Amino acid sequence: MVGSPLPTCATNEAMSPPLRGSSVAAVLLSSIVTVVAASGAGCAGGTPPATPLGLRAVAASELRTPADFAGIADRDERSRALFLEATRVMFHPRCRNCHPDGDRPAQGDEGRVHDPPVARGPSDHGAPGLECTSCHQDRNVELARVPGAPKWALAPREMAWVNRTPHALCEQIKDPARNGNKDLAHIVDHSAHDELVAWGWSPGHGRVPAPGTQQQFGALMAAWVESGAECPREETPR
Amino acid sequence: MSIRLRVNGTEHTLDVDPEMPLLWAVRDVLGLTGTKYGCGQALCGACSIHIDGEVVRACVTPVRRADGKAVTTIEGLSADGSHPLQKAWLELSVPQCGFCQAGQIMTAAALLAKRPKPTEQEIDESMGGNICRCGTYIRIRAAIKKAAGVSEE
Repeated sequence: MVGSPLPTCATNEAMSPPLRGSSVAAVLLSSIVTVVAASGAGCAGGTPPATPLGLRAVAASELRTPADFAGIADRDERSRALFLEATRVMFHPRCRNCHPDGDRPAQGDEGRVHDPPVARGPSDHGAPGLECTSCHQDRNVELARVPGAPKWALAPREMAWVNRTPHALCEQIKDPARNGNKDLAHIVDHSAHDELVAWGWSPGHGRVPAPGTQQQFGALMAAWVESGAECPREETPR
Repeated sequence: MSIRLRVNGTEHTLDVDPEMPLLWAVRDVLGLTGTKYGCGQALCGACSIHIDGEVVRACVTPVRRADGKAVTTIEGLSADGSHPLQKAWLELSVPQCGFCQAGQIMTAAALLAKRPKPTEQEIDESMGGNICRCGTYIRIRAAIKKAAGVSEE
């Protein structure tokens, strides 16, 4: 059964427990940490541990490719596994910090409160006089350590990713009412080519980038759609 | 690269590095020192000025962003200090040391341009990123309300 993000050889803070109050995601990621802790010797240089689906183990900074999932014979299960792999990007701090379950973005790998204390504002671009672009430029400002990219903004409230399970995130992403009125082809294109999404892999100033590359992320999303865009089964609290 | 910009109503062409912080251009090239350097990391708000009416923190804003646009600094908010915020600031003796106040006023001016009658929450959300080490926040909020004609409850 495909139920939680696929195990990796976690070696950095990208795998730290997520945001305050993010209980569901905390359960998900703690399960990863448990798996990794149990298999730490293998990740340290020996044979990587097998995953429940027989997938090759990868480092926290690495994404599996669609070819890695070819061995999953059942098309629906393969689709679910592909989406779970993609959630390793979507639940990464570089992505989820600006997809909050509320009206304030977060910062850092631990999801601390954004400093300065900014608010969503009337159109997801901040409050009057303290807009996102009051500080964030069209590219990273390295000397000041201020991250930047074109179209910097908070994801609309209906696109919150924090506190979502992979199942809930998947259903949300397929719902035009909660994905910016996009069809699946647009979702794939957005994942693969959007310039704000691209920032996740070029975050500047020592920030841990999202795993893999945007091209790989786009390929995973495309493979997910091609395999039926199935959603992972809902998590069962332990 | 030449940067053309209108600062407080006056056209300028600057032969500067396009990545130069706008704050450097305003203070060091144009000599408008009312805008202050605070943290240099967009964390304090002391350097807040306007590009086409929108607040930017000039310490992290490359001057190229202002190319072809109108920049307003505290010196250009009004010709004679008669902006309602400036008058309210004086009437309530808002500043203590004063270092952050130009940024405070420029942020408040942008707020009132978009929200002429802001609620207390809107004031706090807009001003929350402008730090005052003297702690004049209560007077800042009161002055914004006074300038907006909003009564203190």
